[in-house]
This record gives sequence, C-alpha cells and structure tokens, in this order.
Amino acid sequence: MSFVLVQVIVGGLLLGAVYALFSSGLTLVWGMMNIVNFAHGDFVMLGMYVAYVVYTLMGGGPILGAPLATLVLATLGVIVYFGLIRDIMKGPMLAQILGTFGLALLLRYSVFWWFGANFLSMPQDIVGGTFAVAGLRIEASRLLAGVVALLVTFGLHLLLTRTSLGSKMLAVAEDATAAQLMGIRPDTMQAIAWAIAAGATGLAGALIANFFYIVPTVGETLAIVAFVTVSLGGFGSVPGALVAGLLIGVIESLSGYLIGAVYKDIVVYVLFLFFLWFRPQGLMGKM
Amino acid sequence: MRRLLWLSVVAAVAIAYPLLLSSPFQQRLGALVLLYAIAASAWNIVGGYAGQISVGHVVFFGCGAYAAMGAYAKFGLSPLFGIPGGIVLAAGLAAVIGVPTLRLSGHYFSMATIAVAETMRLIVTNTDYLGAAVGLSGPTVPRNIFDLSFLSSLPYYYLFLVILAITLLITWWMANSRMGFYLRAIKDSERAARSLGAPASRTKLYAFMLSAALTSVAGALYAMMFGFVDPESGLGILISVKILIMAALGGAGLLFGPLVGAAILVPLEEISNSWLGGKGAGLTFVVYGAIIVLIARFQPGGILSLFKRRAKPNVDKGAGHAP
Repeated sequence: MSFVLVQVIVGGLLLGAVYALFSSGLTLVWGMMNIVNFAHGDFVMLGMYVAYVVYTLMGGGPILGAPLATLVLATLGVIVYFGLIRDIMKGPMLAQILGTFGLALLLRYSVFWWFGANFLSMPQDIVGGTFAVAGLRIEASRLLAGVVALLVTFGLHLLLTRTSLGSKMLAVAEDATAAQLMGIRPDTMQAIAWAIAAGATGLAGALIANFFYIVPTVGETLAIVAFVTVSLGGFGSVPGALVAGLLIGVIESLSGYLIGAVYKDIVVYVLFLFFLWFRPQGLMGKM
Repeated sequence: MRRLLWLSVVAAVAIAYPLLLSSPFQQRLGALVLLYAIAASAWNIVGGYAGQISVGHVVFFGCGAYAAMGAYAKFGLSPLFGIPGGIVLAAGLAAVIGVPTLRLSGHYFSMATIAVAETMRLIVTNTDYLGAAVGLSGPTVPRNIFDLSFLSSLPYYYLFLVILAITLLITWWMANSRMGFYLRAIKDSERAARSLGAPASRTKLYAFMLSAALTSVAGALYAMMFGFVDPESGLGILISVKILIMAALGGAGLLFGPLVGAAILVPLEEISNSWLGGKGAGLTFVVYGAIIVLIARFQPGGILSLFKRRAKPNVDKGAGHAP
C-alpha cells in the first residue's frame, strides 16, 4: 500500500472517531425514545461555536473549550427535552419531525444572524502543530480529537451496559410503563439521555472546531453523516455507531483522495441511500 | 351550501386582487403567494394527507425548474416544453426514494428525502452541463408568447391561479376517492389499515409521486417567472423549508391549509426582506424555525384546525334546533 494511502486512512479513522462520538448521541435518543433529532448536526455546530467563542473571548484552547461546550450543550439538551421533546413524543409523526427540524433551523439561523455566514477557523497551532510518527504526519488537533472521541464513545458504551444508570435507561427504552412500576422515573432517565446525547455533540463540536471549518450550515452535512452512521450501525447501538463512524470516516477520506474533495459528501450520502434500500436495519442492528 | 359560498368569495377575491391592488410590488406579491401555495399544496398531498413528512421536497421543485430552463438553454425550446420532462423526472425520482423508505417508519422517509435533496444539490453544483454553481437561464427576450416571459407579474398571477386551482382540484378529488380513504385509514393506523386490506405502501407511493409531479410544475413556474435557476434557488434546503412550513402553518392535511400558510408567510418574508435588507435573511429563518417549533408543540394541526375545532359545537347546536 502506498504511503499516502496509509496517511489518508489514519486521517479518516481520527475524523471517524468524532463522527462516532456525536452519532452515538443520536442513536441513544433514537433507540430509547424512537425520536430522530433533526437538529443533531446543529448541536455539533453549536459546540463548535462555543469552542470558538471560548477561544476568541478568553483565549482558551480545547482544555477549556471542550468541557464548557459539553456542559452548555448538555444543558441545552435537558431544556430541549423538557420544553419540546417530552410533549411532541406523544404527538403525531408530523409534530415529531417538524419539532426537531424547526429547532434545527432556529439554532442554525440564530448563529447565522449573530456570527454571519463567513467561514471561521481556529489558529492552526492551537493544540500544537503537526508531528511525525513513524513517517506519518499527524496534526496534533486531529490526534487529540480522535483519541478523546474514541475514549468517550467507549466510556458511553460502558456507561450504558455496565452501570445501574445504564440499566435503568435501557429499562425505560424497553418499556417506560413497566420501568415506572419498578420505581424508575422515565422522565428523568430520558432527560439524562438527552443531556448525554447533546453533551456528546458539544464535545465532538469542540474537538473538530480545532481543524474543521466553522460555519452555521455545517450542521446540515454533519446531521446527514450522523444519519448514515446510525443507519449503518443499527439504531440504538453505540458499538454499531463506533464501527460505522470509523468506517465512514475512512470511506469519506479515501473517496476525497481518490475521486476528489467535492465528491466525498456525495459518496457518503449515496451510501446512506444504498443502505436504506438494501439493509435498513444496518450492519449490526436488528429490526 | 355554506362551503360553496365561502369558496366563491375566496375565488372572487383571488381573481379581483391584482386589479384592485395594482402596484407592481403587490402584483408580484400575489403571484408569489400563489406560486408557494401551489408547491405547498403539492407537499400537502404526501405530507398532510399521507402523513409522510418530506423535508427534501425541493428536489422535485428543482427537477421542474431545471427541466424548464434546460429545455430553453439546451434545446432552444420554450421552457413550457420542459414541464412534462420535469414531471417524469420528479415522479421517477419519487419512486426511487419511496419504494424502499415508505415500507419503513416515517423517520427513514424524512431522512432519505433530505439526503437525496442534498445529494442532488451537490451533484448539480458540480455538473458543468447543468451550469454548475451559476445555473441555467431562460430566454432574456421573449421570442413569442410561449416563452412565458413577461415583465409584469399580472400574467404570472393568473397563470399561477389556474394551476393552483387545478392542484387543489386534484387534491380534492384524491381526498374523496378510494385513495383518499385509504390514506386516511393508513394515517390513523397503518397496521389496522393493512389488516383490512388497504395497500399501504403502494397508496403512499402513489401519493408521493403525485405530490412530486405537482411540485415539479411549481418549480418550472418559479424558474419561468425569475428567468433562471441555480443550485441555491432550485435545490437549496430553504425552499423545502418554506414549502413545508406554509403547509404546516395553515394546516397539513386540509385542502386550503397551504394557501392560508402561503398567504401569511410570503408577505411576511417579502416585507421583512424589504425592511431589513440583506441582514433580514437570517432573521426570517430564525422566525420560521420558531414558528415550526411552536406549531409542532402546540398546534400540530395548523391554523385552520383551530377553526375546525371551534366550529364543531356550533354545528351541533344548529342540529339540535332543527325541527
């Protein structure tokens, strides 16, 4: 294999880990409440802007920006749950889709209105330049993003499968009424799920803000990436999202390198439609 | 009887409007209201009546717009000749999206439509044959009447009015046909409808294809009026948003819902644009987003459903007094 190709694949894996992180938030909410959050990509966008504001106002790097973005978005997640989701969950499909889709517009164009449509970016060396490992040139910001995202996604999986909180959440996902009879509050569990899901997007946003272009409409692309990841990994499955996220990261950077940068999104979208056609339950999911 | 009276009042107002309010701005506004009402009514067939929320409907709008402009730019024909091509293209694309996704839960359908719309926008933006980012233009100077290129908005107004009437007639006919009853049953409970023998997937697919075909006509008309189409105006997500919000605000699944929504939102946007200028663009969509969230949260049936609920007790009272 050529050397450049290895470089491209490593880059794809690192970005894919971040895709996995924010997609696991989408898959958690989808699997637990059967709600697709169309504003998910815009949550990531908000995380990017929080990191940007932290940098411009306080000069803080990701050490300050990432926890703050996580916190801000987790709070937003809880507010959105109690203010909107809890009510539209019981409503017709029209209300569910319109509700989160409207939220996406509200967030996207509020940011657009405030910050303008210009592409913003962080300084190149905010995390610490580029270094070489075994001949591979790796940007520190991408390495940091990939490693943190990988660890947090894995931690999220452990949280859901190995802790009592995770068991309670799964119980609510399985049957909210039965869980309530066992003394678990569905409302609280679902609010926690939204806090986790939105917090994950905030962290992911702050991590990619260091090397991605920051623009209000970036959420649209990221939302579709999350849809692809979730439909590939099977909805409700965090390990599925992890594998699918890494895979999509690699596919995207390979097609960007082999076919051309403008076509990398097209390849991912077409992959999504292909999966909807032939395997809507995803690679690992069950219907 | 009362419905007929209302209908003739609305029709009379619609016909008289551009003659009573005859400034170019007002005529253009009227034409735009009708144009968006056509697109939103077309969306209503699949989004309102069939209950499948398409959030990428602009892709069909774009099929029509590009077919109309393509007919002129590539073959030197009147844009009118592009309309049948746009219809076929849109209905075919709807089948490609609909066949796999309409079997699944409604979320998949919504996600697929948005992905298709974005894919198309990206492909067209990178296709030189379709003018890439610049787009295609229509005839700059009309060669004859069939080019449908007018300086005044008045001819467009009446053209759009006729097409809107046809669209609403088709919707009304569909809602009261066997297909409409199937759709209502499917929307209430797909499982129950299926178990009683209603062909759910097929009926939804037909509704989607019909909706796509009518939306492409709206797209073609739009391109003719503005004389050009580019990836943003023909395939941008914001057109989808406008179509969807007008139908939802007025009342999804109600015949005149989209018209009411368009009559409220188009003037709102035009006025806010002329007041705020370029800075208003972002703000308009902040307001749109807020409106959508509020509808979803408090009144998923839209404005017209408000009147419906109020009207009911009166009808009952009236029946009680009848001899």
